[in-house]
Amino acid sequence: MASIRKIARRSFLIGSAAIVGGVAFGTYKYHQPAPNPLEEKDGRAVLNPFVFVDQSGVTLIAPRAEMGQGVKSSWASLIAEELDVDPAKVTVLHGPAAKAYYNSAMMSEALPGRGYDASDFQHSLGEIVGHMSKFLDLQVTGGSSSMRDGFDRMRQAGASARETLKQAAADQLGVSRDQLKTEDGHVVAPNGTRLSYSTLAAAAAMIEPVETGLRPASSWRLIGKDVPRIDMVAKSTGTAEFGVDVRLPGMKFAAIKQSPNFGVGKTGFDASAAEGMAGVEKILDLGDAVAVVATNTWLAQQAVDAIDVTWDPAPYPETTDAIFDEIARSFGNAPNSTMRDEGDVDTLPEGATVIEAEYRLPYLAHATMEPMNATALYTGDGLQIWAPNQGPTVVQKNAAALAGLEKDAVEVNTTYLGGGFGRRIETDYTDRAVQIALQMPGTPVQLTWSREEDMSHDFYRPGAIARYRAAVKDGKAVMVHGKVAAQSTTVEGAGRMLGLPMTGPDKGHVDAAFNQPLAIPNFRVEGYLAKPMIPVGFWRSVGASFNGFFSDCIIDEMAHAAGRDPLEFRLELARPEWEPAAKVLETVRDMSGWTGKTADGIGRGVALAYSFGTPVAQVIEVADQDGQIRMTNAWIAADLGRVIDPQNTRAQMFGGMVYGLSAACFGEITFQGGAVEQQNFPDYDALRMHTMPKVEVALLENQPHMGGAGEPGTPPAAPALANAIFDLTGRRARQLPLMHDFDLFI
Amino acid sequence: MSTTLRINGITHQVDLPDDVPLLWVLRDEVGLTGTKFGCGVAACGACTVHIDGEAVRSCQVALSDVWGDVTTIEGIGTPDTMAAVQQAWVANQVAQCGYCQSGQIMQAASLLAENPSPSDAEIDEAMQGNLCRCGTYPRIRAAIHDAAKMMKEA
Repeated sequence: MASIRKIARRSFLIGSAAIVGGVAFGTYKYHQPAPNPLEEKDGRAVLNPFVFVDQSGVTLIAPRAEMGQGVKSSWASLIAEELDVDPAKVTVLHGPAAKAYYNSAMMSEALPGRGYDASDFQHSLGEIVGHMSKFLDLQVTGGSSSMRDGFDRMRQAGASARETLKQAAADQLGVSRDQLKTEDGHVVAPNGTRLSYSTLAAAAAMIEPVETGLRPASSWRLIGKDVPRIDMVAKSTGTAEFGVDVRLPGMKFAAIKQSPNFGVGKTGFDASAAEGMAGVEKILDLGDAVAVVATNTWLAQQAVDAIDVTWDPAPYPETTDAIFDEIARSFGNAPNSTMRDEGDVDTLPEGATVIEAEYRLPYLAHATMEPMNATALYTGDGLQIWAPNQGPTVVQKNAAALAGLEKDAVEVNTTYLGGGFGRRIETDYTDRAVQIALQMPGTPVQLTWSREEDMSHDFYRPGAIARYRAAVKDGKAVMVHGKVAAQSTTVEGAGRMLGLPMTGPDKGHVDAAFNQPLAIPNFRVEGYLAKPMIPVGFWRSVGASFNGFFSDCIIDEMAHAAGRDPLEFRLELARPEWEPAAKVLETVRDMSGWTGKTADGIGRGVALAYSFGTPVAQVIEVADQDGQIRMTNAWIAADLGRVIDPQNTRAQMFGGMVYGLSAACFGEITFQGGAVEQQNFPDYDALRMHTMPKVEVALLENQPHMGGAGEPGTPPAAPALANAIFDLTGRRARQLPLMHDFDLFI
Repeated sequence: MSTTLRINGITHQVDLPDDVPLLWVLRDEVGLTGTKFGCGVAACGACTVHIDGEAVRSCQVALSDVWGDVTTIEGIGTPDTMAAVQQAWVANQVAQCGYCQSGQIMQAASLLAENPSPSDAEIDEAMQGNLCRCGTYPRIRAAIHDAAKMMKEA
């Protein structure tokens, strides 16, 4: 790893480089769909290290957070497809934090436009904007972007490495490169001679990398196939190393108690009870937190629990109701955005039926299975961090600032993540470990948050209110006017991540509201930003997590007011706007055998949401079981344009739906006295084996561009369930979680 | 105070207070990190191990209360010699983030030891204490059925 770190830190590699006993390929001169001002300004080709070959074999770098989505395997497959290696026979490493591993796809979501209507030109523009992430040092996993980011770049990385190895073999054998083939980590000569990549590595390091084209889809061995995941055996045998599993010589264990009131410190604390407790080595005052370092995590936790702290009062409204009053007050301000404004929403045709609805969704925690944790070692002139994180360069930057070190003096090691869902794009947990390590020079310290600490100190999905006014006439949608108010994840979360003030219209705030592929003649969506109160952040599907509910539920209400079948009603709106959206609806209709009629005691709901480049339709079926509502079946259809690994993608679609359904049924974070009331899973439950519906997933490839996989399954889940419950009970759910207003099977 | 524990067939002398939960003995003292901390209140099942073959939440068993031989995920099989239930997990590509899977596997192994061919309802009953936030449940169910078949054929 030492040599990999050194190379990646240089950020820019021209050509290939010799490493100890082998070669590192600088592989990618980035794609230029249009003249590229960034590159001209910069004045150099960007070549990223993703492939290493040495005596021990081939190592691929997959510098994205493996948090369950299978990116380690899929990313490696993209390289392996062109490099002709078996992903099961090579080493795949996450690699260090490095500018070279920037995410080129995530930032392109920030471009104006609805996404689904993007022309090829806009798509190329998106890629160029995405490359700005390089200058912002954004090595981040988020925005359902990894495959979109890596699809071309990593295949080119593999192709260039392959051709360079072939050139080295050609030189050695005295034949031309085009007479050679590659197969399973070997270059094969016409006479059958096989040279392993390892034996060619030293020679390949000396020659100019060869650029080449990409193979046609028809020749793919890995892309589009179910490839066994390379983390599966480790994760089935308890040998995968998560953040909490890092063990270092002489390591101590820490626990923390942070202010329950966000953004404030304490007036005082008494740690006398903790001082003599078993295993305690050090009690630390961190200003807005106290921590204990001990010989065992549980002993540290017992001691930190024994510290009596008087916290400063919350500087924001202290109760859920008062916070929501403040959110509602923002409707009185000028809208931050009006990103869809078609026709005239104020003048209705004679005889139109008007529907008015206010929806209200709670703040939500991420509740990753692995609680927040990080391990840090401060050596006086350097810092090492081990953490399950979604943004190594952000971790590095913030740790360097805390420690007063240059970024290069901070090494970030990314472990497996026990769930991410957007929580681990933040750096509060690594910052805390760094704060502790700075007071314990020479001693590695692992900080693990209790579940209670994790749940009550999140960057939450913002609570949101939507006010919709809509109209139907003669069975058709005439008008939709939606207003959405919440704290802004872009202003607060993206601002935190980038270290930049975020101004202007906030697209993420109205994502999956303004850009739904529905042809409605009079259609206006306004976003209103509430002031910062509770810390908010990126929660799987971000703005689409609430807007998906609002914008689909109003369509369902309109369908019923119009006396129309809800699926046919949506289909009629989607087809003229964007055919792939119509196709996903038709697919769930056919899979579920949708007839528009359900037997007594059965309810069905449909929802459509477009987010992160992917349209997803879901049908959920519920049944009355002894007076309780039980989810029985679900059908999902998604169009990703190009599916890299069907099995992983189906798992993401279902997992995204389960995440949304868990929140819809049970999820809420509420506040009393400024502090979060929910503390552990009994207060914040999720779907379990017995409450999960049976599911079928269909993956389509009709749209011209690649869509994301990790998030788009979440937005349609809650509305599909709410619409199914309406079908069953005749009662509309305009607030979540459903457990308050409906008797759910648990 | 020194306590003697038998874990995965090996005897360990542990020098920790009596009330330290088995979970934290395993993870921070013995170095068996395959058993995971999820909630500390027996609400998620990530810390499931076997004591004398019975699935228990190791976050709830104090060191001084450990009544028998402890088996953890590391004790039922290794990457090179996986138990049938682990093989079924790999064959069904169950794990996503994987954090809960040690507990899921230990719970499933205990179910299969008691009930060699569990029905869906019996799987629901046995597995409902094990939380998975990724939503791997359909494949867990399939893997348990597969493991049951493999164990019968073995």
